Amino acid sequence: MTKIKTQSLHKRHSELAQANRQLEILSNGIFREELPTFADKIKETGQFPLRPRALEILQINVGYMCNQVCEHCHVDAGPDRKEIMTWETMEQCLEVIKNTGAHTLDLTGGAPEMNPNFRRFVDEASKAGIKDFIVRSNLTIIRANKKYHDLPEFFKEHNVHVVSSMPHWTRGKTDKQRGDGVFDASIKALQMLNEIGYGMPESDLRLDLVYNPSGAFLPGDQSSMEKDFKKALLDDFGIQFHNLFAITNLPISRFLDYLIASDNYEDYMYQLVDAFNPAAVTNVMCTNTISVSWDGWLYDCDFNQMLDLKVASKVQHIRDYNEAILNDRNIIISQHCYGCTAGAGSSCQGSVA
Amino acid sequence: MSYYDPKDLRKFGDITQWSEELGTKFFDYYGKVFEEGALTAREKSLIALAVAHTEQCPYCIDAYTVDSLQRGVTKEEMMEAIHVGAAIKSGASLVHGVMMMNKVNKLDG
Repeated sequence: MTKIKTQSLHKRHSELAQANRQLEILSNGIFREELPTFADKIKETGQFPLRPRALEILQINVGYMCNQVCEHCHVDAGPDRKEIMTWETMEQCLEVIKNTGAHTLDLTGGAPEMNPNFRRFVDEASKAGIKDFIVRSNLTIIRANKKYHDLPEFFKEHNVHVVSSMPHWTRGKTDKQRGDGVFDASIKALQMLNEIGYGMPESDLRLDLVYNPSGAFLPGDQSSMEKDFKKALLDDFGIQFHNLFAITNLPISRFLDYLIASDNYEDYMYQLVDAFNPAAVTNVMCTNTISVSWDGWLYDCDFNQMLDLKVASKVQHIRDYNEAILNDRNIIISQHCYGCTAGAGSSCQGSVA
Repeated sequence: MSYYDPKDLRKFGDITQWSEELGTKFFDYYGKVFEEGALTAREKSLIALAVAHTEQCPYCIDAYTVDSLQRGVTKEEMMEAIHVGAAIKSGASLVHGVMMMNKVNKLDG
């Protein structure tokens, strides 16, 4: 069994902290000898080059700092990460938020709440009248420090849609992936959210959970998993939530490190390639999303952000944002993209096919 | 070298190549059996895992361990399922002891 690390790959000076090294691994080995590259695969199905549809989701990563060091984090987030979005960049984002055609604003991190300007940003962004305003909260942040205890109320005041990770309904599997004590703190935070109306059956206060597998296997059927999660969390803790998003772990960053260290890399890539589903390619999230990094650069998705694969467009930074120009681009792909097209597909909103 | 190669599991579908009709019928049946029905797909996965062990089929153990994990089955649940299979397997041996006892009683009672 692997023991959860307490430092990011960056802090440990791991070679896998470097995007180039990750891309090198993903482009060599079995992808030279045995398996088709993602580009070749979608050429076979007539889906190359991958092009955007209308923009629906603007996803902003406000910083890589986090109170947790989860085993499979694709951001390589942790307390030792100092990359935090400045107010100046947030102001540039706010200008975009006011004018975007996207119906969903999705704030992520790290723990987005740890950005010192988080509340000010949410306050301003919520005035733009975007239909769905998501904050990806890891739950434990709510219990981490007194100054965060009122976050549920703050979310409610701003009609924020809370999306939170929960790898399993049992303590053992959750803590194995996310660290000791995470399960108990998450349960407490979910109960606090439920108490003020989040996640209740008729409530408009949306509370969704994200499930990603605790090891080197793909997620099961999303609707079956949702039923199991709902039953277990209600029976054991009286907790309710709206939807479960089943997300596949992509072979980058700490999950790639885990796959290699546990000798699962090749088998996992075979699983992803074998489960390739062309229907998932059609709806893959990079076709309706723009991802903004803490320092304002633009990417096709959060994963490309972590691999430092900026959008292939004249417009590459939030200060120059132009939706029409951005939408006329080819999406950058590599072998990690198999993670979003396996089985029922995977996105930050769960299954796509 | 082992007789079993884990990579062969990926080739299971190839059996259809040498007998398309029977292979296709088998996989249609197999797929139907594991669909959600009166039993959930999760329950079926656990039954398959237990039977995989009583059959001592390495491919099936591989496949249904992964399948169980994908369905959120915990290791405690998996081990309990295997014990159910093992109990039936050992019980099936032991219950034949009655046959032995009957024979002894008839011949030498």
